[in-house]
Amino acid sequence: MILLETKGLTRIYGGLRAVDDVDFSLARGEIHALIGPNGAGKSTFVGMVSGRIPASKGEVWFEGRNITSLPAHVRIKQGMAYTFQITAIYARLSLFDNVALALGSRDRPAVLEALARVGLADRAAQTAGDLAYGHQRLLEIAMGVAQAPQLLILDEPTQGLAESEIEGFNHLIRSLAGDTTILLIEHNMQVVMALADTITVLDTGKILSRGTPDEIRANSDVQNAYLGVG
Amino acid sequence: MTVNARSTVLHLGLIAILIVLGLVLPTYHQGNLARILVLATYAIGFNVLFGYTGLLSLGHAMFFAAGMYGCGLAMHLADWSVLPALGMGLASAAALSLVVAVLALRTIGVAFMIVTLMFAQAFFLAALYLGEWTGGDEGFVIAQARRQLAGFALTEPLTRFFAALTVFSVALLLTAWLMQMPFGRILIGVRENEERTRMLGYDVFRHKLLAVVISGTISGGAGAAYAVLFGYVGATFASVQYSIFPLLWVLLGGMGTTIGPLIGAAFMFYLIDYASGLTNAYLLIVGAALVLLTLFARAGIVGEIRKRWVPWLP
Ligand SMILES: Nc1ncnc2c1ncn2[C@@H]1O[C@H](COP(=O)(O)OP(=O)(O)O)[C@@H](O)[C@H]1O
Ligand SMILES: [Mg+2]
Repeated sequence: MILLETKGLTRIYGGLRAVDDVDFSLARGEIHALIGPNGAGKSTFVGMVSGRIPASKGEVWFEGRNITSLPAHVRIKQGMAYTFQITAIYARLSLFDNVALALGSRDRPAVLEALARVGLADRAAQTAGDLAYGHQRLLEIAMGVAQAPQLLILDEPTQGLAESEIEGFNHLIRSLAGDTTILLIEHNMQVVMALADTITVLDTGKILSRGTPDEIRANSDVQNAYLGVG
Repeated sequence: MTVNARSTVLHLGLIAILIVLGLVLPTYHQGNLARILVLATYAIGFNVLFGYTGLLSLGHAMFFAAGMYGCGLAMHLADWSVLPALGMGLASAAALSLVVAVLALRTIGVAFMIVTLMFAQAFFLAALYLGEWTGGDEGFVIAQARRQLAGFALTEPLTRFFAALTVFSVALLLTAWLMQMPFGRILIGVRENEERTRMLGYDVFRHKLLAVVISGTISGGAGAAYAVLFGYVGATFASVQYSIFPLLWVLLGGMGTTIGPLIGAAFMFYLIDYASGLTNAYLLIVGAALVLLTLFARAGIVGEIRKRWVPWLP
């Protein structure tokens, strides 16, 4: 069953087709990795899916409804969660307040449980901006998870995480799998290969290839465009 | 004690202290404090938008004056009694802030400041232009006999003080409560990171709109109370100066704190009072004090206290 679908999705910046006529679909419950070199259009693509960036052309369908004309906050309310590539938390608020805003409730056990999923429960009272960069990323992931979304969009979540934290991240994502559909932009190929059910490779705004991790690994186009480089 | 319980104690304690002050202060200071309480109510309204939502309006005098004219004209021209006139003041300010919000919130940042400034200037000029009714620059006095509420003469100093304190307390407790509610938390979210708040599924525009209307209506309530309690309505209250005052009070007292507006308004009132007793160039002393505060107490008086010693201060 299809959760998310895009039809001819396009974003034009000046003369640049950052995302170019992308037809994409995502089955409910899968972990889908979106990979590709820098500037391929990955962030722009998920930006259009979430409504943060308006599409120049094309459609976005979510749970069988055309949501192209809906503003971002309505899409989020309908079951999406979005973590930014550049960490976006409330730097001057406590971790507790950050997660409470994501949850939409200040129920203490619920907030602490959400923080515990990324190992930050004992820091609930700390100011978010004082955290180390990796912990700020984990907080943002916790905020996404706390929203209990149908679709969780993660834009390069492991960037800046330590080895051990990446382990924890993989574990967390696996624990969500099945209930939550995950669209993951990721540069770390070990993470991609460990988590993804399906991979889409984007290059210069177009889908270059799509398949299982094994198929993608074996694909020579992908080797040339991306894996060889990254 | 939970943080909520502590802030309730703080606010009720503050009101209790003010009651005692009202009873023991000599008439001169009692009158000053009554005026400060009404101006602090104006600052509380301003603080909802500036301190909690992060939107800087440079035209709040129009909301204060809308409340003042709405109430004052109803009493002066239509002979309304105090309570319905206050209602008219609130309704005028609410209507004006809704219109301004819808138009000004299409812009952000500096543009928002300029648009609110322009609207306020238009309001000020309109008040002068309609001098036949508003009395223009000179304004008008509301007859003492009209300033009665439920048998109490609001012109009597102690009664006036308690009326001012009631207005202030309602605004203080209302905003303190609002900022504990999910709605207030979301306003703070908008202030801290608008994009993040939108991407958590909150309708940022709607929250800003409501913030402008709540802020403008409280400010207008203060203007209406000013007309009733001090019996004078004039275009000065719609001038740029009166848009800048609440900004200074809130910056001095501590933006985004519940009691900062009162502390800031009281501090500046007595600073001007004291300095003008010393010299004709009292604005120089006031200016120097403001510079010192911005250098050494960036977050304002209550803001610094919260930062250094009392982190739970609401
Ligand atoms: N706001 C913007 N204005 C102009 N060009 C942009 C903007 N955002 C992204 N781009 C361009 O669009 C292309 C795709 O960017 P992006 O989606 O961020 O790529 P990725 O996330 O795959 O690294 C890049 O060439 C980038 O420079
Ligand atoms: Mg990117």
